[in-house]
Amino acid sequence: MAWYIGRRLLQMVPVFLGATLLIYAMVFALPGDPVLALGGDRGLNPAVAEQIRAEFNLDKPFIVQYLLYLQGILTFDFGTTFSGRSVRDVMAEAFPVTFQLAVMALVFEAVLGVAAGLVAGLRKGRLFDATVLLVSLVVIAVPTFVIGFVLQFALGVQWRLLPPTVGGDVSFRTLLMPALVLGAVSLAYVLRLTRTSVAENLSADFVRTATAKGLSRPRVVTVHVLRNSLIPVITFLGADLGTLMGGAIVTEGIFNINGVGGTLYRAIQQGQAPTVVSLTTVLVVVYIVANLFVDLLYAALDPRIRYA
Amino acid sequence: MSHPITATTATGAPARSHGDTPLLQIRDLDVAFTTANGTVPAVRGANLTVYPGQTVAIVGESGSGKSTTAHAIIDLLPGTGKVTGGSIVFDGQDITHTGRREMVAIRGKQIGLVPQDPMSNLNPVWKIGYQVKEALKANGIATGSAADARVAELLAEAGLPDAERRAKQYPHEFSGGMRQRALIAIGLAARPKLLIADEPTSALDVTVQRTILDHLQGLTEELGTAVLFITHDLGLAAERAEHLVVMYRGQVVESGPARQILSAPRHPYTQRLVASAPSLASRRIQSAKERGLESAELLATTHGDGISPTRDVVVEVEHLTKVFTLRGGRPGSAKDFKAVDDVSFSIKRGTTMALVGESGSGKSTVANVVLNLLEPTSGTVRFDGTDLAGLGAKELFAFRRRVQPIFQNPYGSLDPMYSIFRTIEEPLRTHRIGDRRSREKKVRELLDMVALPQTTMRRYPNELSGGQRQRIAIARALALEPEVIVCDEAVSALDVLVQAQILTLLNDLQAELGLSYLFITHDLAVVRQIADEVCVMRSGRVVEAATTDEVFDDPREAYTRELLAAIPGAHLEVFGTPGEGLSA
Repeated sequence: MAWYIGRRLLQMVPVFLGATLLIYAMVFALPGDPVLALGGDRGLNPAVAEQIRAEFNLDKPFIVQYLLYLQGILTFDFGTTFSGRSVRDVMAEAFPVTFQLAVMALVFEAVLGVAAGLVAGLRKGRLFDATVLLVSLVVIAVPTFVIGFVLQFALGVQWRLLPPTVGGDVSFRTLLMPALVLGAVSLAYVLRLTRTSVAENLSADFVRTATAKGLSRPRVVTVHVLRNSLIPVITFLGADLGTLMGGAIVTEGIFNINGVGGTLYRAIQQGQAPTVVSLTTVLVVVYIVANLFVDLLYAALDPRIRYA
Repeated sequence: MSHPITATTATGAPARSHGDTPLLQIRDLDVAFTTANGTVPAVRGANLTVYPGQTVAIVGESGSGKSTTAHAIIDLLPGTGKVTGGSIVFDGQDITHTGRREMVAIRGKQIGLVPQDPMSNLNPVWKIGYQVKEALKANGIATGSAADARVAELLAEAGLPDAERRAKQYPHEFSGGMRQRALIAIGLAARPKLLIADEPTSALDVTVQRTILDHLQGLTEELGTAVLFITHDLGLAAERAEHLVVMYRGQVVESGPARQILSAPRHPYTQRLVASAPSLASRRIQSAKERGLESAELLATTHGDGISPTRDVVVEVEHLTKVFTLRGGRPGSAKDFKAVDDVSFSIKRGTTMALVGESGSGKSTVANVVLNLLEPTSGTVRFDGTDLAGLGAKELFAFRRRVQPIFQNPYGSLDPMYSIFRTIEEPLRTHRIGDRRSREKKVRELLDMVALPQTTMRRYPNELSGGQRQRIAIARALALEPEVIVCDEAVSALDVLVQAQILTLLNDLQAELGLSYLFITHDLAVVRQIADEVCVMRSGRVVEAATTDEVFDDPREAYTRELLAAIPGAHLEVFGTPGEGLSA
């Protein structure tokens, strides 16, 4: 087990290097000169532009810029933005908000998705099952921003049940609606996955054997159907955490949240290589760690899987 | 088994050797499944009686309704299955349409179940001990640490060595036999009055099957448990039960004392079943042998007798060894596993060589090396004098044409998206033989050869039965007119009657086309019907190699004798000569 975790952590090194290099190269290749863009229509004094270039190492060749950036990371110096803020501060502001949002969305989709999926799977072909399938299909088909704006208008503006935007006031209450919107599509997938898995396990031989032992129906369902059905769902949820963190741009935009998505979007537009690369790299690391965690959880749920 | 045998009435009422009131009485039972096209009856008017402590066997092929009848008793019918008529009385109580809660109380405590496939019937995510303990807790037998102690006792009682430690393991750490023992422990945990054993050993090797059934029999006799034993194997049923119930297409066609049914079957279906049961096939060997002799004589007359012995041998395997490397977790912990260890044999043209062994004996690895699907680690395989190791791409292509496989599972070996025509035609097209018209003619001929109507061409595998699919697999193998066919457990997945038909077909084709077979099987009974020579394999090595007659009449090795003794029904000698049989 220790060997396995060690190997997986070691695998992160090449992934980290590859991801940073790739993203750095892509930002470098973006059209337009970010320094000139800073001056707007009037243009910058050539001497000032030169000075900015020197300060941000933009006058050096690509590979040198990259290596200098890597050197900084080793000392936890992620560089600075053009406006002079350190990228570390920017990340420290954006990540906690996004993380809280993603975890809330994840809990929401896991609890509701598994519960509704279980009931639908147990009553396959009945009214509840059909309704839930139809609703989940609609949720998957309708774009997130539509769901977002509709909920924002209905719950936030019309009925005033929840605050319509977040802004600077980050709390459980303000993030509740964005989390619902962010998790909605994944919820539909979790639900469908659980439903299929439950329906399949219900007809498994070992479930029949468990019934033949004299176990009551609730016990058969919780002990023998649910645990086995959760295995594929857990895999999905783990991979989804990474997606939720990086993919919250639309939701963050709708509800005016200063999270990773929005920050990243602005940084890309401005060609701020250190900010873009740093944010993305952290996302990559989060993704890898989440996947490792899922694999370990997978082994805990399914004893047939042993990492030696 | 020692109960006196008394006559039965024509209606099949069992011998009253037990004298008590029946424990289980099934009267005119109808079970039906609802499908999109209406209801399909699975059991029609079945009658069955089990007395306390008695063992009754239901015999029948797959789809005969034997498992459905058993599952109807404890309301475990799959899917849309429903009891539509008749009654089930257990211990004086009508349980035909009993409520869910009453049925939960009956299951496990009154009626236990030992299911068919030990691989799929234990939940893979819970420890064995926990799964046994559940049965104790649910039926109010024991809880807490008392239950843990009882679990170990039950597992030990079911014949599991080192039970306390084993209880803490997961199903995947158990072999098939051990899992079946755990399932027996579960089935008997609450000391039910009736145990339903649904093909409890059909997924296991013969030797394991025998020890487990011996153990189960001893245990149920000691506890006085009545057993309803379900099997497709008539020999096994006769050996294990006093009373047989033969089912065919949802109906009970015959029932009575085991020996009477075997020695004087009345219903035509039972007669066919008795005639073709592989485990009872001491007579069939003669006809199979005759065919072999005929083809040998034919060959002798056409070729004269001047064939040199080397050309007579079509496949030669010498000192074959295959080592697999098992990946270890940490660096350097990889292990070598010798699947095949110094195996040598040869197949004479027009004859059948059988490789016999239990699972894990390396017999399928040998088959894959002979088919050139695996590279040997060392040793040589020569086909018609040419070493397979030296073949280039072009020669290999030509070799593939001359050696064809037939695999075990006819459900898995046919592409479900291919029509039967396309399935059989594919090898012809791959090898660019003929044009479309001549290929179609060939496919028609092949279907004739395997005794399927030509209209089958337009159908798809899922529309055919297992036996029909295996015929398709044979037709596909024959399409390229190969010299050697490697049959890897080619009849193991089939019902006895179908199995007998396929074996006869293979025999006829051999005589007709001069084919050579490498026949891989775990079933010695099948060997007797088809093989000329036998290699018995164990743990990758050949322990005994001889002609089929020698192996059956005078086995030299203890292991071979063990395998022979394990053939179900081997010691029953009631067949053919009824009068004499009863004294056996």
